[in-house]
Amino acid sequence: MSTFVLLTITGFGLGAMYFLIASGLSLIYGLMGVLNFAHGAFITVGSYGTWWTSEHVFDGVHSNLWRWLLSALLGLVCGGVFAALVELILIRPLYTRHIEQVLVTVGLQLAFVALVRGIWGPDPKTFVVPRWLHETTDVGGALIPNDRWVEIATAAVVLVLLQLFLRRTRYGLIIRAGVENRAMVQALGIDVRKAFTLVFAIGGVAAAVAGVLSGVYFNVVGPEQGTSLLIFAFIVVVIGGLGSIGGSAVAALVVALTQQYTNYYASSGIGDMVVVLLLGVVLLVRPRGFAGAVVGARA
Amino acid sequence: MSAVATRTLLAVRDLHVYLGQSHVLQGVTFDVPEGGVVALLGRNGVGKTTTLRAILGLVDRRGSIRLEGSELTGMSTHRIVRRSVGYVPEDRDVFTGLTVAENLRLAERDDAPRYDLVYELFPELRERGTQRAGTLSGGQQQMVAIARALLNDNRLLLVDEPTKGLAPALVAEVARVLERLAELTTVLLVEQNLGVVRRIAQEVIVLDQGRVVHAGDAKEFLDEPDLVKRMLSVGRA
Amino acid sequence: MSRLNRKLAGDWLWPVVVFAALAVVPKLDVSIPKLFDQPLSSPGTLALLAACLLYGALALTYDLQFGFTGLLSFGHALYVAIGVYLSNIAITEWHWAFWQGILFTMGVAFVLANVLGYVSLRVGGIAFAMVTLAFAQAGNVLALKDPHHWTHGEEGLGADYTKLPQAFVGIVNTRNLYWLALAFLAFVFFVVRWVTESSPGRVWQAIRENELRVEVLGLRPHAYKLQAFVLSSVLAAAGGIVYMLLYNGSTLSVTEPTFTLTLLLMVVIGGAGSRWGAVLGGILYNYLDDRLVAIGSSSAVHGLPSALRTPLEQPLFLLGVIFILIVMFLPGGLAGLANRARPSGLRRLEHAVQTAPAVAEAREDT
Repeated sequence: MSTFVLLTITGFGLGAMYFLIASGLSLIYGLMGVLNFAHGAFITVGSYGTWWTSEHVFDGVHSNLWRWLLSALLGLVCGGVFAALVELILIRPLYTRHIEQVLVTVGLQLAFVALVRGIWGPDPKTFVVPRWLHETTDVGGALIPNDRWVEIATAAVVLVLLQLFLRRTRYGLIIRAGVENRAMVQALGIDVRKAFTLVFAIGGVAAAVAGVLSGVYFNVVGPEQGTSLLIFAFIVVVIGGLGSIGGSAVAALVVALTQQYTNYYASSGIGDMVVVLLLGVVLLVRPRGFAGAVVGARA
Repeated sequence: MSAVATRTLLAVRDLHVYLGQSHVLQGVTFDVPEGGVVALLGRNGVGKTTTLRAILGLVDRRGSIRLEGSELTGMSTHRIVRRSVGYVPEDRDVFTGLTVAENLRLAERDDAPRYDLVYELFPELRERGTQRAGTLSGGQQQMVAIARALLNDNRLLLVDEPTKGLAPALVAEVARVLERLAELTTVLLVEQNLGVVRRIAQEVIVLDQGRVVHAGDAKEFLDEPDLVKRMLSVGRA
Repeated sequence: MSRLNRKLAGDWLWPVVVFAALAVVPKLDVSIPKLFDQPLSSPGTLALLAACLLYGALALTYDLQFGFTGLLSFGHALYVAIGVYLSNIAITEWHWAFWQGILFTMGVAFVLANVLGYVSLRVGGIAFAMVTLAFAQAGNVLALKDPHHWTHGEEGLGADYTKLPQAFVGIVNTRNLYWLALAFLAFVFFVVRWVTESSPGRVWQAIRENELRVEVLGLRPHAYKLQAFVLSSVLAAAGGIVYMLLYNGSTLSVTEPTFTLTLLLMVVIGGAGSRWGAVLGGILYNYLDDRLVAIGSSSAVHGLPSALRTPLEQPLFLLGVIFILIVMFLPGGLAGLANRARPSGLRRLEHAVQTAPAVAEAREDT
């Protein structure tokens, strides 16, 4: 039983990271029709940015919570700024050329990972965090590492903030409408492209948060981490429905929990394959995913 | 037609549009005078909707489209709309995930959106403000679509088959609203229902095979059943 | 000879001439100092050239579905991996004869391409890309998991050289491997050429331009797309077998999504939809990949600050940047430079991604 509890809460923690990545991907694809491979780079900016700051600006964190939070904050800001720049410099000039936009993000992802590998080496770096995060809490006999709570709480906060943004602000309104029917938004006299940079920036920040959390979860930061998380995030986005934040949240949990349970109760690695097959099944039975726009359909 | 010379609001010259390989509009030329309703008629698939979309820049086009002297070709859609052009699309295109009130709020363009006018003509929309637009009936969605265009002070309204799929009582109501609209602005109306056209349009422009084949007084055109039949393949007005 | 016949002869003549010229290379004791460390006939250079030719062929197999038919797959690596791994496992783990291994591998590739292709092609555009990515990822996981200790996971599986045709074993036979790679490239080139210029090929290009119209004409795009996909995948698997021979074993790198992405880079840099462009892209990519690392590890470069060193030590960085620049400013790739008049490769593909989902949606409504 305690194993089950541990698996479940770990699943929630992993799902939290998937959600953070998938939410940005979902909005970007839903609104702009861009399948953003560079999201992996945003994740890496977050994880390496935080690591670098805590190593070089704060000389290693030594479990000081405030310093670590500041480093994480810098990582987030870098993620957001980087994402906005990517949109302005690489994506915007290719407006309506969707294939080229996807390709550019693929190229950026490959080049960025190579760059990080070149500067800091291919080996993962230890990610120093406040000691409290390494300790465990007893829940019903299961010893839960405390970092899981942080991941779950962060994702919950981001979810609430995103929903507030989408439902209470004018830009949120434009984005929600644009995801549904971009041409009609333009036909109302609104330049949707202004929302593009904003959506990329939001995605960048959320991905950077996921990057920081992945460092906490895996205890290291590495050049390939962004890419491997990205693939599962794609699966979450498709299953949850493009453009739907709520859908991403639910799908993230489904995918993460399936992975955790199957990898443990069946055999390691099978969980990943099951999730992949789940993607195939969903795409064939319901190309819409469970909420949101049809994959590939652009208004 | 009024005896007083009216200004030309919209001048379309030699408009060409390709959709994929198909040469849909092959040199469309017509004028829309200021004030009143001009009906754009033609068989199904002849390019009426495409003409409206071309004016708005929603499809790639070649040619000249001048709105009171400003050239619209080359302008992006949102800039054209900001020049006080309103659009009521063929399939209404309301945002189903948004509420009625949100649909309207999104459409606000000018400083003083005319909510009082909208609610006067469509009191039901005020009541259904928090209802999701996706749950509205076809007629109610049509109201939202028209209300969106009504909110702003538009010089030109492009309206595409507003009565399509509506019950006769609603058709009459839409016609009534359009009449009211025509008092305030100029309307270019695509419409298959010739009864509505007869009621509210002053002029007609008929498209066939990608070109304008007739332009003139609405009543004179509709009173010639042979002409109507030949050009529209429709029996009676 | 009539003008048409002369043109046809000319069209088929130049590739034959090029391949014949390439066939002579192992006999040439010529040194080209800037380009190659050793003379052309040396095993080291021949191994590099063989790899370049093979990558050219693999890029061409990918171009068949991407450049010609407009299918953006992110899972082409799966089929190369099938070729690389299954042939090796058959002889090294199961102790089969070599020809049995080949037959088995091609059979599996054919069946799997049909099944996975049928399933994946039910969706179009970006969805198709993601499904293929997912299937390739499943292959990667499977290889990592090392079922029955067949794939050897991260270690990779060295080939049992006693089972391989002796003509391909040993450094002294590198020239044979070179000729094998060349023969394979020529084979793929002529097959792709013949098929794309025949009637299914025209339908594929029509599908790339406007799938809806193809359907309206009464043809079933799904069947045609499947044809292109299966042919492309089967050829890729064959390339995988050659790969295994060339590198004497199987490693995980071919199962990773990055592998397909590098094929994509090759095709785009060379010119999507232009056969010789894809081949050129593959050759150039592999050459740069190899040479940049060699330059990067030279002592001259070691002293440089990491910012300057990185592009050389990490070829993928430079190649990724070149790729981005080409996508943004030269969508026709290198072939586009030569062919200014024709619409450039990627532009023609826009329609495939835009119109395919419309078909899927239309199908959904019925």
